[in-house]
Amino acid sequence: MSKVKLATIWLDGCAGCHMSLLDLDEGILTVAQHADLVYGPLVDAQEFPEGVDVTLVEGAVSSQEDAARLRTVRARTRVLVALGDCSITGNVPSMRNTVPVQQILKRVYIEGADSSPVIPSVGVPPLLPQARPLHEFVKVDLHLPGCPPNPKAIFTVVGELLQGRLTKPAEVKFG
Amino acid sequence: MPPLSAVRCEGVTSMAQKSISIRIEGALVPTREGKTILEAARDAGRNIPTLCHLDGLHDVGACRLCIVEVGGSGRLAPACTTPVQEGLSVVINSPKLSAYRRMIIEMLLAERNHICAVCVSNGHCELQALAASLGVTSVRFPYRYPRMPVDLSQERYVLDHNRCILCSRCVRVCAEVEGVHVWDIMGRGIHSRLVSELDQPWSEAGSCTRCGKCVQACPTGAMAEKGRAVEEMVKRTDAVALAAARKGAEL
Repeated sequence: MSKVKLATIWLDGCAGCHMSLLDLDEGILTVAQHADLVYGPLVDAQEFPEGVDVTLVEGAVSSQEDAARLRTVRARTRVLVALGDCSITGNVPSMRNTVPVQQILKRVYIEGADSSPVIPSVGVPPLLPQARPLHEFVKVDLHLPGCPPNPKAIFTVVGELLQGRLTKPAEVKFG
Repeated sequence: MPPLSAVRCEGVTSMAQKSISIRIEGALVPTREGKTILEAARDAGRNIPTLCHLDGLHDVGACRLCIVEVGGSGRLAPACTTPVQEGLSVVINSPKLSAYRRMIIEMLLAERNHICAVCVSNGHCELQALAASLGVTSVRFPYRYPRMPVDLSQERYVLDHNRCILCSRCVRVCAEVEGVHVWDIMGRGIHSRLVSELDQPWSEAGSCTRCGKCVQACPTGAMAEKGRAVEEMVKRTDAVALAAARKGAEL
């Protein structure tokens, strides 16, 4: 049997969900037996490949680049899982949502700068007006909340997906 | 707000009430006239999820989480404010009810800024716990992300409107148990907001006794003790219920 093609991607989040994924302990060996990790911050691949079976998406959509990457992921993935509160509710990144973007950038890069106060515009993606959850941009097949999600819940959900089953996690909490 | 005399004082009144029976999920449940469906169900050891209910305070049916199907037609009614009647038939759990309850939780989560990860009540919040037990893993309604004020004026307590669900437990505990009535809900619909006295900062509410019952009655992190960090605010709802029971006995 060929292995399941598994990918992960990190949008506007703190990488805590990826840490929780690594925190599966010996469970990670079971995952490795059944899946090839084909893309994500944990591997070297430069471009998101075609024909991915399962992608775990961490983080909210905060920039035009996030939105574009998410759309590529959706187009090339069979089952898309929103991993963690940022991808589901906006969570901490959404705490900027009540303040206009220009005002935040000015506060951080001009008023908050010790030297060379300038709002960066080259090589960084423009921010969207608000950080918003994935399902407002693309279809999400499964939501796994938590900040970060409990490793056991990740293991259960991923384990089921590797067996070809989409199982909603039970008794998982936000936060 | 009904007058204080309307406050339920179970121990005194229920003795005189007539014994009747209702059916919950088809099973006969003995109860007494004057009780609500919620009381009858809980007396019989059956759980109906609630949020705005707090033992000892009179019920207002604010959150609608306790909706049940009554009669043969499956009409929806809040269990906390619907009185029992002889022969009443009630369904307290069904796919339809679960769907509505989940929808209510989702609307509460979408309405203001409930960011559990950075909340003082994370892990001890009734809204968060209900979302988990009802299987809410995402919110289908667009998050509003409204800009809400935080009242830090009071020396010992914080009021964070971002986390307020307008259940009015603070309003009722202050009016009915402390006997003061500092709090009220101002405005209508989406513009409803908790206010102290005539919409002034908490510290300027002269009638406030600083007793903190409102803080302990609050089901979320909307009211908290100052100095508490994330996950540190454990509410003493049991103490509030005890104080309410004592007050009820006095009346």
